Amino acid sequence: MVPFARKLAQLGFPDLTAAQVNTLQVNLGWRCNQSCRHCHLAAGPDRPEQMGQAAINAVIAVVARWSIPVVDLTGGSPEINPHFEYLVQRLSRLDVHLLVRCNLTILLEPDHEHLPEFFRDHRVELVCSLPYFQQDPVDRLRGPGVFLKSLEALRRLNRVGYGREESHLKLHLMYNPAGAYLPPEQGPLEDRFQQELKKRYDIDFNRLYTLLNMPIGRFKEYLEKSSNYDRYMGKLAAGFNPATVTGLMCRNLISVSWEGRLFDCDFNQALNLPLAEGLPQTIWDFDLPVLSHRPLNLGDHCYGCTAAAGSSCGGCLTKKG
Amino acid sequence: MSHYYEENDLERFSEIGKHRPELFDYFMNYYQGVMAAGALTVREKALIALAVAHAVQCPYCIDAYTRASLEAGSNMEEMTEAMHVAAVIRGGATLIHGIQVHNTVEKITI
Repeated sequence: MVPFARKLAQLGFPDLTAAQVNTLQVNLGWRCNQSCRHCHLAAGPDRPEQMGQAAINAVIAVVARWSIPVVDLTGGSPEINPHFEYLVQRLSRLDVHLLVRCNLTILLEPDHEHLPEFFRDHRVELVCSLPYFQQDPVDRLRGPGVFLKSLEALRRLNRVGYGREESHLKLHLMYNPAGAYLPPEQGPLEDRFQQELKKRYDIDFNRLYTLLNMPIGRFKEYLEKSSNYDRYMGKLAAGFNPATVTGLMCRNLISVSWEGRLFDCDFNQALNLPLAEGLPQTIWDFDLPVLSHRPLNLGDHCYGCTAAAGSSCGGCLTKKG
Repeated sequence: MSHYYEENDLERFSEIGKHRPELFDYFMNYYQGVMAAGALTVREKALIALAVAHAVQCPYCIDAYTRASLEAGSNMEEMTEAMHVAAVIRGGATLIHGIQVHNTVEKITI
């Protein structure tokens, strides 16, 4: 396999840089009430990593000072962080588009059942994990019982107005494959999810995003144990699509870890692959003009974002996908 | 070579074009044209291909179109129904030849 950076150079992208910092993606910690088999962070209930108050305040200060238009809260389960609601309340006072990546089942946990109303009141846009409209693939990927609990959480979100056609409250679903294969084309899959979830469960949502399983973390362990790693990586490399490069999410966002460190994306965070040398490395020395056109720190896992229709936290990267 | 069928051989398919490459190119152009979305979706075509793969019992095709079906968003219920379609058509094709048995018996017995 040709190293990713060399592949880019061969195709005329010798020094890939960021285009802007439109989004601050904040990872509030690796603790999660689920232990998904594909998780690139190996998140779970026993993980101690949690963003503290000092970093939370630094995030708020950065968003305010530099007028960052989009803030994307992720984890782990970001809602588990004890400062989560404080952060959302403070950010909602700023003129920002606020996204929360929600695993759905957290909304049924004690002390979190009020969150649908809390999200509604703070006009949070939700991106919720639901890898299929049937129980078996979801429970195999995310844990026994997760599918039925996810449906109940979606019903609660629909009840407060999320995902309904007439509502401004946006509820998007995030699909990822239940194994070592690539995601389907996004548009037709979204149509099937819309039909099946409505017909079977009377559940509404706005958009479906497809995300490829990144060959790192817990998913890499699965690939290696099941002897799928070489073939999967070969497929990602063979599926390299030059049309995805300009839209790569690392070109438009910067990722903040629970410790307040800065990364080009959440995957680099999982791999502890820091920003290029000489750049600000933490939220406390965030400098927008310096970071906006920074050189990106690439690795072979980046083939995961450029294969076929491309992949990102906002779904596929090309029209066909 | 330890087996007649090797998993990695599937990725070597293009080697068939080593001799008479233009014939392989004709095949691949036809193949890609047929399997692209048309009146049927890519997902529907992958399920048909999976059924045919079972009917012709090609392990390479079963591997390829199991993956292709998943990558088109199909699920195990749909893939299993496709297998049963192949099974009943093969079974029906076997049984319909029983009429020839009847005909032959009728012709040669008193």
